[in-house]
Amino acid sequence: MSKIQATFERLQAQGRKALIPFIAAGDPDPALTVPLMHALVEAGADIIELGVPFSDPMADGPTIQRASERALKKGVSLRRTLEMAANFRADNNETPVVLMGYANPIEAMGVDAFAAAAFDAGVDGVLAVDYPPEESADFARAMRANALDPIFLLAPTSTEARVALVAKLASGYVYYVSLEGVTGSGDLDVAAVARRVPEIHAAVGVPVGVGFGIRDARTAGAIARFANAVIVGSRIIEEIEQSQPGEVCARVKRLVAELRRGMDESGQSR
Amino acid sequence: MTATIYDLPDARGHFGPYGGVFVAETLIPALAELRDAYAAAQRDPRFIAEFDADLKHYVGRPSPIYHAKRLSDELGGAQIYLKREDLNHTGAHKINNCVGQAMLARRMGKKRVIAETGAGQHGVAAATVAARYGMECVVYMGSEDIRRQAANVERMKLLGADVMPVESGSRTLKDALNEAMRDWVTHVSTTFYIIGTVAGPHPYPMMVRDFQSVIGRECLTQMPELRGRQPDAVIACVGGGSNAIGIFHPYIPYGDVRLIGVEAAGDGIETGRHAASLTAGRPGVLHGNRTYLLQDANGQIVEAHSISAGLDYPGVGPEHAWLKDTGRAEYVAIDDAEALRAFHALCRLEGIIPALESAHAVAHAIKIAPSMAKDGILLVNLSGRGDKDMHTVAEKSGIRL
Repeated sequence: MSKIQATFERLQAQGRKALIPFIAAGDPDPALTVPLMHALVEAGADIIELGVPFSDPMADGPTIQRASERALKKGVSLRRTLEMAANFRADNNETPVVLMGYANPIEAMGVDAFAAAAFDAGVDGVLAVDYPPEESADFARAMRANALDPIFLLAPTSTEARVALVAKLASGYVYYVSLEGVTGSGDLDVAAVARRVPEIHAAVGVPVGVGFGIRDARTAGAIARFANAVIVGSRIIEEIEQSQPGEVCARVKRLVAELRRGMDESGQSR
Repeated sequence: MTATIYDLPDARGHFGPYGGVFVAETLIPALAELRDAYAAAQRDPRFIAEFDADLKHYVGRPSPIYHAKRLSDELGGAQIYLKREDLNHTGAHKINNCVGQAMLARRMGKKRVIAETGAGQHGVAAATVAARYGMECVVYMGSEDIRRQAANVERMKLLGADVMPVESGSRTLKDALNEAMRDWVTHVSTTFYIIGTVAGPHPYPMMVRDFQSVIGRECLTQMPELRGRQPDAVIACVGGGSNAIGIFHPYIPYGDVRLIGVEAAGDGIETGRHAASLTAGRPGVLHGNRTYLLQDANGQIVEAHSISAGLDYPGVGPEHAWLKDTGRAEYVAIDDAEALRAFHALCRLEGIIPALESAHAVAHAIKIAPSMAKDGILLVNLSGRGDKDMHTVAEKSGIRL
């Protein structure tokens, strides 16, 4: 059983939902990434999405793009990201780490070499934003050969046929993009997401995480009522941007703990 | 001449290993909708008739082929012929594609069009057709390009478009494309994205090629009328590669006609400051397709460099990648200095001010013509006019305007 699957099963037994924060490796500084990952776990994160910086993050909004640019300026790319994951893994053998990024750095390393390196670094899953299922045969095969979960996106506009296509390849969880747009944009329509997520969950047979547009504990709590996981990215990056170097971990920890409380309280109030 | 069958891309947009649909899930349904709408339009005689009529009456097609006799005499070798896309309405080949995509947008009921632009030629063409078809238009343009191409920015504004400066990354064409994609994914139900080149996710490389292929189809009839035969070589500049595919594609089955794409070597390939992704790049994935890219060892896209904003792109259309690998087309590179010399030569000898992009193709013709027989024929796609480049040329050539 993969670490991701085990995490979801444990949470389900506890009647809780997964909180999945996203940070970009190397942002705001390479030395802070591993401490920040531990801080996320201490604040109640169940899985960590670690962004792999890319020069052209087309599906991301300005906030995550800025994080990517800051990390690249400090020389952090895919190899350094894998080193950071390995360093985190040296002190934490439980919390799953999912790399989130774009296809080109993976292809530059070679899909098979990357999958082997990710496994060695203790990575549990990979979401390559611009590998939709129809272009993912090689990728998904390499992931599975190295005991990694390939994570796929689904969107409000995804047809039933596409949900079925993702169902064939996905393991770990699927990432439901809650709104039309890039990361960090707009307000999400909780009611619309609430209608769609159970259908998707039934069709894909793996847990469904919801992300894009979740900015506060209240929304996180509302989403946690029907989704298996709540994914928060841009809001955390904003917190990092607003923090002095010495207070990054503490401020992010406070924010994530607040999101956690929002989710747990909403679970109890059902 | 022998004609061979060529029917790429496949149903999923692949040219061999290149092309495809490498985008986030959020865009997949929009691309599927576009693919279906384009497939239906292609089969609709009314759509085709209207496209042809607009190309004739609005764009001014067919564009002539002109024998650059003084230039050819000066070089003393092959005869150089220019396909005069610079004479089109708005001054470049870009309008051909924009007419097609705007008609498709209207057919799909989209009231808002967006575009990315580098040199501004595609932005101007998009703003033009948006005005012509009564649509709202937003053009994304890198702030560095806005500085280099101020005249085109003014033209877009006059035509009623909003020009959005892009401050991210290298502030050039690739960043404008990223930003346009973000706009599209956010407003996907109301907005049509008019991509200006033969790159991007399927169906764009195919669709833009189809709309631009009018260039080569006209040449197929014009050359025999002028010279009794097809040219020995067809030469076109390649940034994203739309004017080159437009003139190459109808010639692909004509195996005796060499197809030569000319990339921008910028300061020189050896300096690393260039835009020659086919000559000096490696395959990878960017902007929705797999193709040759300028990238570092970590797979990060590196900035392209060229005197010409329209060639300043770190990728290239996937069909060019395939034509390179199969050997059907050859790709060479011309540096800034060579392009500038060709620019001045064409101004002085033929009274034609070429776009700096097109000057790269002219420069390669100048390079190879002297080694060819006098009855040899080189057909150069003069893809645009150079009015927009006055400031760049003046600056580089020490001319005071």
